[in-house]
Amino acid sequence: MTAGVMIVAGALAGVGGAALGALLPQRLRVAGAASLIWVACALEAVAAIQVLATRQPVILHSAQLLPMTGVDIVLSPFGALFVLLVALVAAPASLHAVGYARHGLDTRTAAAALPLFVTSMLLVPQAGSVATFMVLWELMALFSLMLVLVDHARSEAARSAGAWYATLTHAGAAFILVAFLMLAAGSSGQTFAAVAHHASRLGPVVRGSAFVVALVGFGSKAGMVPFHVWLPKAHPEAPGPVSALMSGAMVALGVYGIVLMGYVLLGGGPGWWWLLALALGAVSALYGALHAASSTDLKRLLAYSTTDNVGLSIMALGVSGYLAATQHRLLAALALVAALVLLINHAAFKGALFLSAGSVQHATGTRDLDQLGGLLRRMPQSGAMFLIAAAATSALPPLNGFIGEWLLFQSLLHGSGAGSTAGDVAIPLAVSAMALTAGLTVVAFVKAAGVGFLGRPRSAAAEQAVEVAWSMRLGVGVLVGACVVLGVVPGAMLPAVEAAAQSALHGMPAAQLSSGLDLQLAGVRGALAPAEVAVALVVAFLAVAGLRRALARRPAPRLTEAWGCGRELQTARMQYTAASFAEPVQRVFDDVLRPVHDLDLSHPAESRYFIESATYHSTVGDVVERGLYVPVIRALRHWGRIARGLQPGSVHRYLGYGFGALVVILIAVAVLG
Amino acid sequence: MNASLLAGEALAAVVQVVALALGAPVLLGLMRKVRAHFEGRVGQPVVQPLRDLRKLFRKERMRPDQATWIFPAAPVVLVATVAVAGAISPLVTTRPALGGSADLFALVYLLLIGSTVLALAGMDSGTAFGGMGASRAVTIGALAEPALLVTILALSFGAHSSNLPAIVQATVLHPEILATPQRLFSLGALVVVVVAESGRLPVDNPATHLELTMIHEAMILEYAGPDLALVTVGEAMRLALLLGILVNVVAPWGVGAADSLPAIALGVVALAVKVTAAGVALAVFEVFTAKMRLFRLPELLAGAFMLGVLAVVSGLVVR
Repeated sequence: MTAGVMIVAGALAGVGGAALGALLPQRLRVAGAASLIWVACALEAVAAIQVLATRQPVILHSAQLLPMTGVDIVLSPFGALFVLLVALVAAPASLHAVGYARHGLDTRTAAAALPLFVTSMLLVPQAGSVATFMVLWELMALFSLMLVLVDHARSEAARSAGAWYATLTHAGAAFILVAFLMLAAGSSGQTFAAVAHHASRLGPVVRGSAFVVALVGFGSKAGMVPFHVWLPKAHPEAPGPVSALMSGAMVALGVYGIVLMGYVLLGGGPGWWWLLALALGAVSALYGALHAASSTDLKRLLAYSTTDNVGLSIMALGVSGYLAATQHRLLAALALVAALVLLINHAAFKGALFLSAGSVQHATGTRDLDQLGGLLRRMPQSGAMFLIAAAATSALPPLNGFIGEWLLFQSLLHGSGAGSTAGDVAIPLAVSAMALTAGLTVVAFVKAAGVGFLGRPRSAAAEQAVEVAWSMRLGVGVLVGACVVLGVVPGAMLPAVEAAAQSALHGMPAAQLSSGLDLQLAGVRGALAPAEVAVALVVAFLAVAGLRRALARRPAPRLTEAWGCGRELQTARMQYTAASFAEPVQRVFDDVLRPVHDLDLSHPAESRYFIESATYHSTVGDVVERGLYVPVIRALRHWGRIARGLQPGSVHRYLGYGFGALVVILIAVAVLG
Repeated sequence: MNASLLAGEALAAVVQVVALALGAPVLLGLMRKVRAHFEGRVGQPVVQPLRDLRKLFRKERMRPDQATWIFPAAPVVLVATVAVAGAISPLVTTRPALGGSADLFALVYLLLIGSTVLALAGMDSGTAFGGMGASRAVTIGALAEPALLVTILALSFGAHSSNLPAIVQATVLHPEILATPQRLFSLGALVVVVVAESGRLPVDNPATHLELTMIHEAMILEYAGPDLALVTVGEAMRLALLLGILVNVVAPWGVGAADSLPAIALGVVALAVKVTAAGVALAVFEVFTAKMRLFRLPELLAGAFMLGVLAVVSGLVVR
């Protein structure tokens, strides 16, 4: 089967999955849809691997499918990497969805929307023209919106999340369309090849504005600050597998869009574009990490952490573009590889974490960390997998998160002092932003794992939790396995990433990183042997454990009551909660987080000096949402109310409007004509 | 790479780990002795921590009833990660085993594994103190991180690499870069970060007995017997390793190719002398310092961060 046939067959399999989801009886719906999602993922992934291996793009064209423009599919090595990334998340997520089905995924609408959502994500990076891209992009937004809204009948929060998501994603799509139109106007066609050819002859103002407009549009999909506000609303409300797909795969396509615009269509640009991206990425990373460290809702925490990880990737992309602008092409390729590796890693560990959060919600019915606790004892496999994925997110070696951060640090290190003064100032700041982000990520995930999975259960629901079905565990397990494999043997993904980076940077030298098991940077000094370090860690662990066993007289520990300053029989209420765990961070950063504290004391009737009961609430809102979006929404409401006065229902008034408009047009024609 | 060179590297790595494991408790004893001297006491013998460890290893193992496998695994992970970090750092030789991976950045993250797992173990005990210690420890770790990485960036400029053996070697070849403002600023930042990362005064008081003021001790409150011994060894090794890296960056003399037994012995002696000097200096400094309030620590760490940024900027200006 040729790659072209596989692409078409994969898309048809996805549509077939939707048909199965809509037609099968309720019990079989999600399983039927999932099985065809696997077929679609497998076919598209094989086509993508073929393209990456041969480095020859596959081009398909159909004039019949879309009126006026036709459909153009171009699977380049760069897009192929993103097809693989989507497949990496979609296959395990749909497996998890089989077990998760009864939480809203087994309605006809949801079971049909899921395969269509996956298929549109698989096809977006294969779009070869403006029209095809926009259609697929909007289909992706539409189907994901349907899946965010599965709980709309019961939950006001889901309706509100859907409204935020729909608004921001469509505003983003409008920006993207404007950016494409700026480049495509006057071009000989609307395929990306024609647009890129035309764009190279445009003036710097048009090119610069197109890049900035596209950065805003794609940034809103990628969850970049200040367009991130939909993430902490939509991710928690969507079913577990859907949030895994949205966070692991869809958000990465936002970064795909920025690379598409900046490198593929515009062929790189001046340093200020990329320093802007670097700054926005750094702000996103910091802001996301800070909010993740202070969230108490597990999925909200993961959503903010998504903003953080995407921010890091956009930072790497910014460094890459900046280095390309200052003619350091080898380093630019290295930084682009870092950006892509960060995205792949994020897909693996954040997919696993969102699926785990879905498992937790399935087992306990809540995602509030302060209602959880002790889950590692009750769900040993799911809990252990969450811990591994959390460690990967915290960039601990020898897991995959570390490889991405190391590559980002190396590209920052070797990029500093390589360019202009602006870069010399920006890069140390970027390193510090990255470092603080890394530290805060550790806070967030020690909190998530420690409060959610360790200690004593904080509610009856957590107390009675049982391990979830095998399909859900296997779904998480595949992604956790990817975290381990990509961390120990990053050479497994690097050839593909290099091929993709080279195809995006066309004409620039390839960054050759991998030589066998070791990571060796070409052209600069930097090396890492993750497999050897992993083996050394395992050997050291076994040696120390053996030493303890040999030296200790009684190897099995005695179970005792923990120390409570003399108080016996400790309760779960004495433990640190997620809110108390995050309190030091909140206090240090209260200028940014602006937490609202609320302490209610009630006194007995006899004396004001005694306290009968105390309740304490601390909520951390989103400063960007309060400061930027709420005023805009309020202004829109206000003007809407005023505009309502224009429609009193009187036909005479409406005729008057028509007459007035006609007069204005006639005057305008008379004056201008 | 020939076999004898490989054997030499492996031997040096083993020597480094053993020297760390045995030397670190003695270093701790020495620091206590210095403190006792300044307080007008005789103090414990210098080898007392080693005796304490022997006693602890003979005691019974205990585990809080709520704890999972994290709790017993954490001390082992702590010691194992510090041992691996010690094996690949240029302490005795500039060509340690896996030295290609001895990236300063990787070392920082290797050490981070130990602290993270220990914080999780604190949460695992299901007590108020465990969570308290974990929360404070990871917060301080997060705030120390920017200063640490910016300093690493500054140190890496001279060698054009963040590989630690390369940095040490570059300093051996060009000792004049030690006197540049870049190195001096980095040194200041690095000292503060080492103090914060190893939980010494004024960041944390390792000798405190009041639970509410504890950071590190609160996290490990539930450990007893062999597990406590491992945590103590692990923390002491981490302190010794950080001091060892610090002195080898500042004064890289005596660190050589270490391809023969006398050379390795010389390296060990040089390392012991330098780390002892640094440990005594730290202990003297601690005598005259009071523990800072937890919420004034950001100021200290922000100061270290500023020094790190100054180091980077001066590195770029002087270049």
